[in-house]
Amino acid sequence: MKKLLLLLFALALAAPALATAAQPPQKQAWSFNGPFGTYDRASLQRGFQIYREVCSACHGLTYLKFRDLAAPGGPGFSEQEAAAIAHSFQVAAGPNETGEETDDNGVRLQRPATLADVIPSPFPNQQAARNSNSGALPPDLSLMAAARKDGVDYVYSILVGFVEHPPKGVKVKEGLNFNPYFEGQAIAMPQPLTSEAVIYADGTHASLQQEAHDVATFLAWAADPQMEQRKRLGFEVVAFLILFSGLLFLSYRKVWKGK
Amino acid sequence: MADGQPIYRPKHGLTRWLDSRLPLPRLVYDQFVVYPTPRNLNIWYTFGAMLAFFLAVQIVTGIVLAMHYVADGSLAFASVQNIVREVSYGWLIRSLHATGATMFFVAVYLHLFRGLYYGSYKAPREIVWILGVLIYLAMVATAFLGYVLPWGQMSYWAATVITSLFGSLPLVGDSLTQWLWGGYAVGSPTLTRFYALHTLMPFVICALVALHIWALHVVGNNNPAGIDVAGEQDTLPFHPYFTVKDAFFLSLFVIVYAALVFYAPDALVSPDNSSPANPLVTPAEIQPEWYFLPYYAMLRAIPFKLLGVAVLLGAFISPLFAPWLDSSKVRSCRYRPLMRWFFWGFVAACLTLGYIGSQPVAAVLHLGVASLPLVWVGRCATLYFFAYFWLVMPILGRIEVPDPTPETIAQPVLIKEGAA
Repeated sequence: MKKLLLLLFALALAAPALATAAQPPQKQAWSFNGPFGTYDRASLQRGFQIYREVCSACHGLTYLKFRDLAAPGGPGFSEQEAAAIAHSFQVAAGPNETGEETDDNGVRLQRPATLADVIPSPFPNQQAARNSNSGALPPDLSLMAAARKDGVDYVYSILVGFVEHPPKGVKVKEGLNFNPYFEGQAIAMPQPLTSEAVIYADGTHASLQQEAHDVATFLAWAADPQMEQRKRLGFEVVAFLILFSGLLFLSYRKVWKGK
Repeated sequence: MADGQPIYRPKHGLTRWLDSRLPLPRLVYDQFVVYPTPRNLNIWYTFGAMLAFFLAVQIVTGIVLAMHYVADGSLAFASVQNIVREVSYGWLIRSLHATGATMFFVAVYLHLFRGLYYGSYKAPREIVWILGVLIYLAMVATAFLGYVLPWGQMSYWAATVITSLFGSLPLVGDSLTQWLWGGYAVGSPTLTRFYALHTLMPFVICALVALHIWALHVVGNNNPAGIDVAGEQDTLPFHPYFTVKDAFFLSLFVIVYAALVFYAPDALVSPDNSSPANPLVTPAEIQPEWYFLPYYAMLRAIPFKLLGVAVLLGAFISPLFAPWLDSSKVRSCRYRPLMRWFFWGFVAACLTLGYIGSQPVAAVLHLGVASLPLVWVGRCATLYFFAYFWLVMPILGRIEVPDPTPETIAQPVLIKEGAA
């Protein structure tokens, strides 16, 4: 009973307690908005490059496999390209021919990843992740674009929202960073992206906004990889249903005529 | 039932053989082909068929999901991701099921409000109505259990809030809650038993639906005029007149369903449910699905927990007494000039409560210079909700002067046609 009361009180207090509530995210025009929107393949590929070179140092992408990179409606890598990407990652190997799983120093044997492998996480478990990040847990990014209100705009806003000096009167605890788009406005993650943090393989100028846009697009796809298939099938289904309803309406009129 | 109804005559050897052993074709013929149906049923009477459709959709999609879902605290969330990402058309099946629940509740609320407006709960349909309310309550339980299964943050905390309500009962509260949980907090055992019950409930609903339709077909449909069927001229056979009508409106309803499934599958899902359940982190705002928001608002409007639970229970069971609370001789609000207003007030109270349930508990309504805490609006709406059943229904029937009702169902229909 006390628990629920506490809970309800917590709910009651939630709004005023977070006096430093997050700013609403900046709305961006995304290529995948609207009923016919699709992902921008080039942006997805650049976004993957950023994930790989920057984000993956701390964040996992647990629900994605390398073969998803070559799946229809995704970043549009060819199967060879995706296999080459996979090959450049190391994952835990199974037992070798003598049945050993670790080398002489007790380190887990590794092998290059294949298309079927899950994209490996940077830390073996939550404790290791917290230990390397002053106690903070870098969340998995597979569903980040779905797990926040206005997810994709939120990801973009967080990435461009870091301010070196917080506004007057705002105190940020040691080890946290000011970001107006984060709940509580103090985030453990230091600013991850800066202008020219990566050199894009396709030659696009890597401004901070461009990088944030690309990685947000990539995470939108990671959270909703069937969006293109879904919208395409949806169009066919709705079009069929409208025709079908029209026929039913004519039958209805005919059957009820004079009644 | 009515005189002059065509009689089933089996034409083939097989159907004759069957008819003398298990007369299923006869049942279908009598109840779903020639069944005499009031000819004046309007669009609001098509939701019964829609509900049957959505029950079937939920069962079929649910069985496919059950083939891939893993009801274990450490695997459930990942198994749902597996369904969405790896299972062939798993994303579609899951979205059909989750959105199907929403459409199911849209249809059941419209069906219930229709029953209230046209007095379908009044004699001789008391049992039809009571079975209907029981189906609704079974749906509420099923939907709550099902919402827990994805084992996201909102699943977990919704389960915690709702099961904690049992803790408010005197003496048995704590032991009852632990018995429900299978532990000292919501956890893997809770998830597993919720899954078992979630797969059981649809079959309970099926049985109740069969009784509901049986009871309905014994007394016959009510109708917008709220008067009894006087003879053959008042009715039309169920098939083809009402099969085609139901099919047309169902098809329109399914367009809305498809639009949600394909273009806004997450529109009604809290983003928090895309984070795995975490007992150590409470979401900033805990909210149930939209179809429970009015009850949630009632619960939060009451400052004492036990009283809140009693109010919640009262809100669920009050409709069961409607057949005996309503003292009016006239069924349909079409001929009840006062009750009509109270009915729309009731709809407004439910919508207001739904809105309040979706807002933070401390939210304040600003009206110019005055500011009104929403919790007080919620209290008024809750009072009205109960007053509608326990005061308005018994009192209004005694003081209201109803408009004259038509002599027969066919009469207003024919008059309308004559005018047109």
